[in-house]
Amino acid sequence: MNDFIRQLADITGSGFVSSEPEERYLYSMDQGTMSPAEPDAVIMPGSTEEVREIMLLANKHKVPVVPMGGGLVLSGLTRALHGGIILDMKRMNRILQINPKSRYAVVEGGASEGMLQAYLKKHHPELKHSMPDAPPIATLAGNICIHGSGHLSVLGGFHSDMLTGMEVVLPTGDIMRTGSCSISPDWFARAPLPDLSGLFIGWSGTTGVVTKLGIRLFPSYSHNDMLIFVCEDADLMPDVISRLTGTQVAEDMTPWMTPKPEWARGFLHINISYGAHSKKELTFKRNLLQASVKKYSDQKIAGFLPMPPTEKSRFLKIPSPDLVKFADIRKGGGFEYVGAIMAIEHFAEAYRAGLQIARTYNVSYSMGARIIGAGHAMMFFYAYAFNRADPEDIKLAQHALEATNTAALEIGGIPWKSELPAQKQIINKMDQNTFNLMNQIRSVLDPNHIMNPGNWEK
Amino acid sequence: MPAIKFDPELCASCETVDCLMKCQYIEFAGISDAKAEKLKINAGENSRVLNECLTCYACQEYCPFGNNPFYLLVELQEKKGILPAPKPIVEEQLRMMSPKGRITRQKVRSPVVNMCAFPMLTGCVRGKLFEGASVISGNDIFCNIMWLHFAKNSVIRDRVPKMIDNIMSFYLKDSKIDEMVCFHDECYGTYTSVAEAFGISVPFKPIHLFDYINRRLNEIPDLIKPINEKIAYQRPCSNRLSPETDKILDDIFIKIGAERVPRKHDRENALCCGGVPRAQQRDELADELVEKNISDMLSTGAKYCVFNCPFCMATLGQEVAEHGLMPILVSDLVLIALGE
Repeated sequence: MNDFIRQLADITGSGFVSSEPEERYLYSMDQGTMSPAEPDAVIMPGSTEEVREIMLLANKHKVPVVPMGGGLVLSGLTRALHGGIILDMKRMNRILQINPKSRYAVVEGGASEGMLQAYLKKHHPELKHSMPDAPPIATLAGNICIHGSGHLSVLGGFHSDMLTGMEVVLPTGDIMRTGSCSISPDWFARAPLPDLSGLFIGWSGTTGVVTKLGIRLFPSYSHNDMLIFVCEDADLMPDVISRLTGTQVAEDMTPWMTPKPEWARGFLHINISYGAHSKKELTFKRNLLQASVKKYSDQKIAGFLPMPPTEKSRFLKIPSPDLVKFADIRKGGGFEYVGAIMAIEHFAEAYRAGLQIARTYNVSYSMGARIIGAGHAMMFFYAYAFNRADPEDIKLAQHALEATNTAALEIGGIPWKSELPAQKQIINKMDQNTFNLMNQIRSVLDPNHIMNPGNWEK
Repeated sequence: MPAIKFDPELCASCETVDCLMKCQYIEFAGISDAKAEKLKINAGENSRVLNECLTCYACQEYCPFGNNPFYLLVELQEKKGILPAPKPIVEEQLRMMSPKGRITRQKVRSPVVNMCAFPMLTGCVRGKLFEGASVISGNDIFCNIMWLHFAKNSVIRDRVPKMIDNIMSFYLKDSKIDEMVCFHDECYGTYTSVAEAFGISVPFKPIHLFDYINRRLNEIPDLIKPINEKIAYQRPCSNRLSPETDKILDDIFIKIGAERVPRKHDRENALCCGGVPRAQQRDELADELVEKNISDMLSTGAKYCVFNCPFCMATLGQEVAEHGLMPILVSDLVLIALGE
């Protein structure tokens, strides 16, 4: 291994490779409940060419490679389960191109959400991209590869739907492109070609390393506002969501349910964000949203919270600071965020299952969802905070997590960015031919099985 | 708890029905139409007024007999389960504004200024104007008058006596103080008009902020540097419960050299800031009220838009500022005149 590490250093320079125990420890875990797994080394490539050389070397020596963006996935997907190297992409963080007319950006595989947000604010204030509520150091590539969602997901769907193309280094060292950039200098779309981007999205880093990608940008409005809808009956939520998304004016919709503060316990809220180029247009959009659920406000069983403009500013912050605040509620640095992608009609079942699990395991919870598209799906999340210094607390959170994944699957949903045990649960429920095809694809792309081994295996 | 102080015979004998005829939000075909609706309310029957009421408190001021028409209307709304706002909104507000039991005994000295549930405005109590003042605030001394907007007289009956008890036991009694300055019209209205109408006894003397400021300015006339500016005043709904204090405000403005410009929507014709209709899910009406208020202010050439209600300021302040007027509280305007 020492010789291998020396060869890695020849590729990136010794300053960007480490097999020191400190680095191995830090890279052995994320903030979630999965137990640590140390890599043999960590390497930070600075270019696609360096990634290619690393992959050639790793493939030759059959050394496992775990690609990593921000390392914030919380489900342990960037742990080196079979040792090997963690390929930390954060040095490859350049924003390569902004196309304001066709509204897309091309960035390197380690560029972060926060960097693109800041870059656009400074150089293209008329444009924005869909920010997730992860800390801004989360990478665009990582978030797209896990089918993330964010502040424009009602408008644009999953972040993977906003992908326009990719440059990927395969485990064999081949560099390939997907989408229009494989033919044209422009990274405008994945259509009309066979959609090879799908070979790298949702695979938890088991098929290749994303070194560049194109993503859609959207108009950044000069006028922005938000509403908070509130009701007491979870069974109303699918219809409410359907009506609100049916107006096609919201950019983002995030239901939330939390027992703290006390006034919010038992109520179901939906934050709805929207923007416009003028105040008149903004008011028009608000009226459309309100009219869509007038049936319920007229019955006085639900409605929009009255909020003076000054109180709205915290809700208009992107990313939202609220989840991060909740993450530290138990202190001790432990936070698990379990999402499940499911159809919106299962909202009430998902909510009740979460309440039951929180009661059973006595865990601090916060539940919510992000609506995808015009009510086409939702990412329903259960967030459990725990104290990492308390083994019992960790165990409770782990049990809650397992129970949540089981419940999500029973409801008809699919655990999102699933950790190892949940991957196995999904595989058990998955159509066998689908899983066989996944394995066949992987053996073609990664004949030596070096990419993030341990994931998506029976 | 006693019923609302109300004389039905006096009401029935009223020839003008000002309480409804002067209402700026509900249309009546004429006095007979208004009277018919009023008599229905008095008899505890359904009236469209129960559903259409904006809860602006103005009828309390319009009634020439001080016969508490608004409190009676809210009583009937609650009895009939007519919620001006959706139930979950009311329920959340009830929890949000509930007493928290976090009050601690505190030695205070005169003047004691009650900031109610707005501790964030404590910084307004400063300088020569409030020299030596003790400030009290928090949910445990919340005046609870807001429930008039939500058809919840029962909450007023339940919580106000507890708040009064808290004020006495935790602050005033041990400090041997028997009066308290109400920074907000709402508190003053609670401890005077509401308390009297609801039969709630108040063991201290509430002092209206305007009364306090006016007296204080009399004590320090040499410190006043007239601001010589035109101001548009946004009179809040809760000042309808103590209309006599509006004249004191005129005295204050004169003393500090502020010209209270004549507005179409001031004094008896003051319009709601637009905050409460949003809770009632009547945003388009709220927009209209905001627009009317602002265009009215702008037409006067005023430099400042002066508020005494923090909620009005939160509702209108940003809009006012975007239109070039400076939003400011009465007390802060006075502080400017005092060079602070």
